[in-house]
Amino acid sequence: MTTPESIITIDRVPVPFKPGQTIFEAALAAGVYIPHLCAHPDFAPHGSCKLCTVLVNGRNASACALKAAPGQEVEVDTPELQAYRRTLVQMLFVEGNHFCPGCEKSGNCQLQALGYEFEMLTPHFVEFFPDRGVDASHPDVLLDFNRCIMCELCVRASRDLDGKSIFALAGRGLNSHLIVNSPSGKLGDTNFSIADKAAHVCPVGTILIKRVGFSQPIGERLYDLAPISAEAGQCAIEEA
Amino acid sequence: MSSRDPIVAAVVEKYRGDPTYLVQILREAQEALDWIAPETVEAIASQLRIPLTRVQSALQFYSFFYDKPVGKYRLLFSDNITDRMLGNLALFEHMLNRLKLKRGEVSADGLVSVDLTSCTGMCDQGPAMLVNNRAVTRLTARRVDEISDLVRARVPLSEWPADYFHVDDNVRRVDALLDRSYEAGSALRAAIARGRQGMLDEMKRSNLRGRGGAGFATDLKWEICRNAPGAERFVVCNADEGEPGTFKDRVLLQSYAGRVFEGMAICGFIIGAVRGFLYLRGEYQHLLAPLEAKLEQMRRARLLGAGICGAPGFDFDIEIHLGAGAYICGEESALIESLEGKPGVPRIRPPFPVTSGYLGKPTVVDNVETLCEATEVALRGGQAFAGQGTKRSTGTKILSVSGDCDRPGLYEYPFGVRISQVLNDCGARNVAAVQISGPAGVCLTPDEFDRHIAFEDVATGGSFMIFGADRDLFEVARNYAHFFAHESCGFCTPCRVGTTLARDIMEKIAVGRGTHYEINELMRLRELLRRTSHCGLGQTALNAIGDTWQKFRPAYERRLQWRDFYPTIDLEAALAETRALAGRDDAEAHVGVES
Repeated sequence: MTTPESIITIDRVPVPFKPGQTIFEAALAAGVYIPHLCAHPDFAPHGSCKLCTVLVNGRNASACALKAAPGQEVEVDTPELQAYRRTLVQMLFVEGNHFCPGCEKSGNCQLQALGYEFEMLTPHFVEFFPDRGVDASHPDVLLDFNRCIMCELCVRASRDLDGKSIFALAGRGLNSHLIVNSPSGKLGDTNFSIADKAAHVCPVGTILIKRVGFSQPIGERLYDLAPISAEAGQCAIEEA
Repeated sequence: MSSRDPIVAAVVEKYRGDPTYLVQILREAQEALDWIAPETVEAIASQLRIPLTRVQSALQFYSFFYDKPVGKYRLLFSDNITDRMLGNLALFEHMLNRLKLKRGEVSADGLVSVDLTSCTGMCDQGPAMLVNNRAVTRLTARRVDEISDLVRARVPLSEWPADYFHVDDNVRRVDALLDRSYEAGSALRAAIARGRQGMLDEMKRSNLRGRGGAGFATDLKWEICRNAPGAERFVVCNADEGEPGTFKDRVLLQSYAGRVFEGMAICGFIIGAVRGFLYLRGEYQHLLAPLEAKLEQMRRARLLGAGICGAPGFDFDIEIHLGAGAYICGEESALIESLEGKPGVPRIRPPFPVTSGYLGKPTVVDNVETLCEATEVALRGGQAFAGQGTKRSTGTKILSVSGDCDRPGLYEYPFGVRISQVLNDCGARNVAAVQISGPAGVCLTPDEFDRHIAFEDVATGGSFMIFGADRDLFEVARNYAHFFAHESCGFCTPCRVGTTLARDIMEKIAVGRGTHYEINELMRLRELLRRTSHCGLGQTALNAIGDTWQKFRPAYERRLQWRDFYPTIDLEAALAETRALAGRDDAEAHVGVES
């Protein structure tokens, strides 16, 4: 049962919320889709990707970081906000090295799916082509830093759920990059395991489980079958 | 191995093995070791019992920490636009030539490296540089030669001529605050006499607002903090004065430090805090020893410590944290992260520091000048304080004036002063523009010089940079674009990527390959950053580009190509290296000069 004290509207649709819930969490529970990359229901709000930027009573806010409160009128799907989101996705594309046709995450990748969602036809900006490497030292997992989008989901999963703190971001500004907690900096020299939550939260193709990359054919994958916005109400991050 | 371990052990021991002091530990370890080697990272991590990655994250975030050798002498030229106007780049090139180095390169003997850094807060006595984080002012070609010789002769910094390191106050106009007739302890005794609630009431009557530029009501901040649940509270003085063109806090801490510390103690008295932090920007390391001495002197005089001025239950002390080259740490939640030994990444707000600050506990973060003003309120009472300035902006404001004028320095005025009066007083003639509040602020032109410095009109943290009629405002905006790309913390997508995109577009325009397409891109990025960035840095990063495009259009237009689009790359020029490698210069090896 909901009272007017515990309802917000999202694109004019009433959405109930529980005390302490963010706008994003309330939307998720109600099956309303708000675009996101760094937000995940299992972790504390982070608010770095900015794809969930919405208007709350006319003011900009990150839906994943702002607590729901009575009287909030939230706008999500406006042409202006969608255009901002398209630009943000383009920024993430040119910042890293994303070559979808050759990526084994293709079809299960949230960045790619959001590119389709926002009708992104080109990367638009001049590509940065950063010099980033791969780390194949771990027997079961490949790290491809070319695709990292700095969402820190693996950082949070390893630290907060797995209790291992295997990943962290280091550097500043455009030099931000993912690092691994071992003297060599190699994943193979850590106690990382595919049983870790952190092995399964990467929204893009940076953390890849070895030897299963193409067990599911391209064309039959998660976002091949339905757009990312269609899976509202469930966590999209778990691998198929 | 060897000499490193005892050094690290001593530093860690000094900070009781507390990882919240990681930034201080890295700084002191580096002072002894010149740079932080991977083995040092491991030693620090193991002795603090924290993951290696935590040490690496902090190490790689701050500009003044080095994870690669950078030489015994690390020379950094301040590169604010005011340094540029004083010819810093020519001196920079001169020094590179003298030492036979390229920018950022370490000499083969591992002795020295020369690079640029963001504004070091010496705009009134530039061009300036930092030598191993010690400020050197008033650079000339001769001084650059002398420094090059000292470096090559490996003369220790302690034996360099003292006048290199001399920093002038340059106080040009004095009002209530900068008036030097001040008796140590008088503000504290006045506050004690008024009582905790009585002093807060005076703060209310004073209507004192935050001097960092945002203008939040100080009494309200203190009251919310006092009333926030929790047993422990903190006072933080934000002396991370990084806004290019600002240097007032440097002077306040050099010559008025006692008043700043008393202001902090008064805040502690009201909110019930016993610990305070002064977060001092790394560029002001020269102030560290005198400030430590001042604290010691105040403790001896019972102006700090237990039972201040004999008042039972009034306990308060202050420790100093030094920053390490990160503009973003001026943002209060980033500053707190840094105080906790982490990279200076701004937190999600709300919750605000007043309820959840240092270690998650209620914390007041106030600007140096604001805390200094609190002593004025204690001494004169709120009503008298509110008698100066305007109704909504009470008291006085200190401006840091630099750029094209005869007398750069500090000017204190009652709020409400017109821009034109400041320009007149500092001897600025034929002014094209004034950039107020730094690169994140506003660019005003002569038709706006009758506007007032006040929260309700032109709000400012104090930066006041003057540009004469012969200055190129495109170059000003270009300098700022580089500044923001360098200082973005990298947390959120729009600012991390957008500031670099804007910088690169400005470079494209600068080399004459821009068109109106690029202008449209800049304006689109400006709007995106303003609307979606995580904090004020990103939200304001492209303001100066927008302002100068609007007000100094010819500065851009004379660089633009009058066609729809021009590629970034010059194909003919790009093939030069290939031609050289292939040893070809025939017609087939050229694609032709662009039309």
